Amino acid sequence: MTATSTDPGTGTGAARAAFDPRPYTAAGHTLRSWLTTTDHKRVAILYLIAITGFFALGAVGAVLVRLELATPRPDLLSAETYNRAFTMHGIVMVWFFLIPSIPNVFGNFLIPLMIGARDLAFPRLNLLSWYIYVLAGLFTIVTLVKGGVDTGWTFYTPLSTQFANGHVLLAAAGVFTAGFSSILTGLNFIVTIHTMRAPGMTWFRLPIFVWSHYATSILLVLATPVLAMALILIVAERGFGVGIFDPRLGGDPLLFQHLFWFYSHPAVYIMVLPAMGVVTELISTFAGRAVFGYRFVAYASLAIAALGFLVWGHHMFVSGQSMYASVVFSFLSFLVAVPSAVKVYNWAATLYRAEIRFTAPLLYGLSFIGLFVFGGLTGLILASLALDVHAHDTTFVVAHFHYIMVGGAVTAYLGAMHFWWPKITGRLYPDALAKLSVLLLYVGFNLTFFPQYILGWLGMPRRYHEYPAEFQVWHLLSTAGAGLLAFAYLLPLVYLPWSLRWGQRAGPNPWGATGLEWRVPSPPPTHNFDRIPTVTWEAYTPEATAETKDTPP
Amino acid sequence: MSIPLWPRAASFYADRIDLLVVSFSALLLCLAVPVFVAILWFAVKYRRGSPAERGGPVKREAGIEAAWMAIPFLLSLGFWFWAAELFFVRSTPPPGTLDITVVGKQWMWKAQHPGGQSEIDTLHVPAGQPVRLRMTSQDVIHSLFLPELRLKQDVLPGRTTELWFQADRPGTYALRCTQFCGTDHATMGGELVVLPPTGYADWLSTSAVEPTLAQEGAALFRRLGCSGCHGSSGGGGAGGGGGSAVRAPDLGGIYRLPQPLADGGTVIADERYLRDSILDPVAQVVAGYEPVMPSFAGKLEEADLMRLVAYIASLKPPSGTTP
Repeated sequence: MTATSTDPGTGTGAARAAFDPRPYTAAGHTLRSWLTTTDHKRVAILYLIAITGFFALGAVGAVLVRLELATPRPDLLSAETYNRAFTMHGIVMVWFFLIPSIPNVFGNFLIPLMIGARDLAFPRLNLLSWYIYVLAGLFTIVTLVKGGVDTGWTFYTPLSTQFANGHVLLAAAGVFTAGFSSILTGLNFIVTIHTMRAPGMTWFRLPIFVWSHYATSILLVLATPVLAMALILIVAERGFGVGIFDPRLGGDPLLFQHLFWFYSHPAVYIMVLPAMGVVTELISTFAGRAVFGYRFVAYASLAIAALGFLVWGHHMFVSGQSMYASVVFSFLSFLVAVPSAVKVYNWAATLYRAEIRFTAPLLYGLSFIGLFVFGGLTGLILASLALDVHAHDTTFVVAHFHYIMVGGAVTAYLGAMHFWWPKITGRLYPDALAKLSVLLLYVGFNLTFFPQYILGWLGMPRRYHEYPAEFQVWHLLSTAGAGLLAFAYLLPLVYLPWSLRWGQRAGPNPWGATGLEWRVPSPPPTHNFDRIPTVTWEAYTPEATAETKDTPP
Repeated sequence: MSIPLWPRAASFYADRIDLLVVSFSALLLCLAVPVFVAILWFAVKYRRGSPAERGGPVKREAGIEAAWMAIPFLLSLGFWFWAAELFFVRSTPPPGTLDITVVGKQWMWKAQHPGGQSEIDTLHVPAGQPVRLRMTSQDVIHSLFLPELRLKQDVLPGRTTELWFQADRPGTYALRCTQFCGTDHATMGGELVVLPPTGYADWLSTSAVEPTLAQEGAALFRRLGCSGCHGSSGGGGAGGGGGSAVRAPDLGGIYRLPQPLADGGTVIADERYLRDSILDPVAQVVAGYEPVMPSFAGKLEEADLMRLVAYIASLKPPSGTTP
């Protein structure tokens, strides 16, 4: 094979002599060894454990909301509790699960391995960003214990600054703090991808996964500070009475929406770009074929990131924003659909003349496409001015963004979990159970959220605690679907931990995949590569397929 | 109980929205279904172990990419334009509307008709006649949603937003709040009652009449002492500071007209300017006057401010002068 060892100045002398071939999981078994680690792979595991906990917390909020909405009358929860439940669901799922999910678990674990590096550029900063995330999570848990917050995850003013009863300042402090974790991670990825690629690993030999994380990182670094500013202004008005948003104090309530969506629309792409990167790897691997239109797919990530900054006003078509501004925002929102469509078309084309193996990870990837496309198309309906006037702030919007963020991002997260689990743990899981999970997920997801499109167009507003009786059929279907979906998410929580002890050993490259991460043992050694590889092949080509004989013993 | 599938349409505008959404959905399905079919077809044909031909070089990649970037985008642009055109219709009321004042507050809607008839959580309008709602909020942001008209508009504190429509089919329809506004957000709604014009006239004549906003504003204007300095031409007073030693501008006929400022600039005396001038009078003083007016910030409720502004807006220019 063409993987030749090299001496770029890093692979000789003391470093070579000190190379420890034991897997990273064996580098220490104490709690202290985990909590003080700077190994990107161990930090990834710390994130995995923390975000799984927050996913469960966010899911409790979703369960409460769906149970309440099973009947038209307010019965299970009081209005106040219901409002706090959906607010907590949103805050936890957006900032404590979706945004860190793929980047901080899989990006952390895989980017150094994929580019042929021994760690991220700033290993200690990486650990710090986990501690900041945990601190932010503690703020959020304290908020919850003290009774929660009732503003919705969007914190719209002047409701949040002058009228809400809940612990707005504490919740804002949690989100504000979480932002610094995002910024540090983004910075770390950008520097790592720029400076630590192995010899011969040119930009256009990078896996698409790395490209999408690069685009995501740019968004994290540039957009998150704006959220931090908006939250500080909320604290200034609510805590200190400085008039910024409340007109009674001389403020402008719409200013907050501009600042909030300037962050939060790019944040949607922070959630979905890494997912697209994952799906590209899944499709290419199990099609046994190079990604069709590699450069177009890579540039599409950057185009989405750039255009993502220019469409925030499409959240404000009925807010009283200028009609002419709305027309421009609508046009730019149509434009941002182009690079997203490029990805989908190229995935389909990658399957052409391929040799397809139907593994569980591929089924997760295909489910992603099915759900993401539907979410994207209804996004175009919402980007259409006069149609948004009707659908805005109804469950149509709720269905749309859940198709993107849950059908898209969460499905891809699970796909990544099933694809790289053998690499991360060295073990295989029961394939049939995994396929059953995908099936449950696809059926359960559509049953949960498709009725919400119909409800929304019928005129069912979002964030409603009670509703007209004629809507109940659709709400019942949605609640039933949520039950199935919960089962689809719980199943992997059983068989994946089971596999840690009883699963078959995986070997370095169980899928016959390309990419440098498959050239090292599973689980990888602490410093990843005994010798830094020199890359002489293009991404996804047969020459890039790792053979067992290439890997160190 | 029947299962609802599509909302009723109470206006021709709603029919046009329905036609647009159905047409656009048809195009989107035409773009998406071939992708799904292709994926399923490839998945079956090129499954491992099947006899299909595989591999081979990729040809005409750039052309293919350009085609699937440009064609769907250009097709969808037609719908961007169509939706924008209807949005212009929605945003541009025709002349001669029936103007109804709407105030949102946690958690109720108050409407007042031009003759002073008031109602809460219900809105009566005549069929076949353009109606313009002039809306503001007393507290947080609300949003008035009339699903059977396919319309909504946010209602903000501190400014007036407008929503115009022409309901063509008499009936009783939903009226809801769609901007999350606190604890009882879900109960902030009621009915839109579209009556035949004669029925609307009957309803008006049998409803209790309250003073209009402008009439209430006139009473406030006197009670707060505004009329002492601002000679109210509309009320028959002398122009230009009559009745008081202090010179203050006459407010008759200034509404929505440009006013010269002391700093050399010009301002349109719209609602926001009038409101700001009550709360912070010295910020933008009209040329030729001293900044002597006291601030009323903190002394007036939001509803009182609206009454005062409505009164000032209703004042006619002093007779014998041109504005």
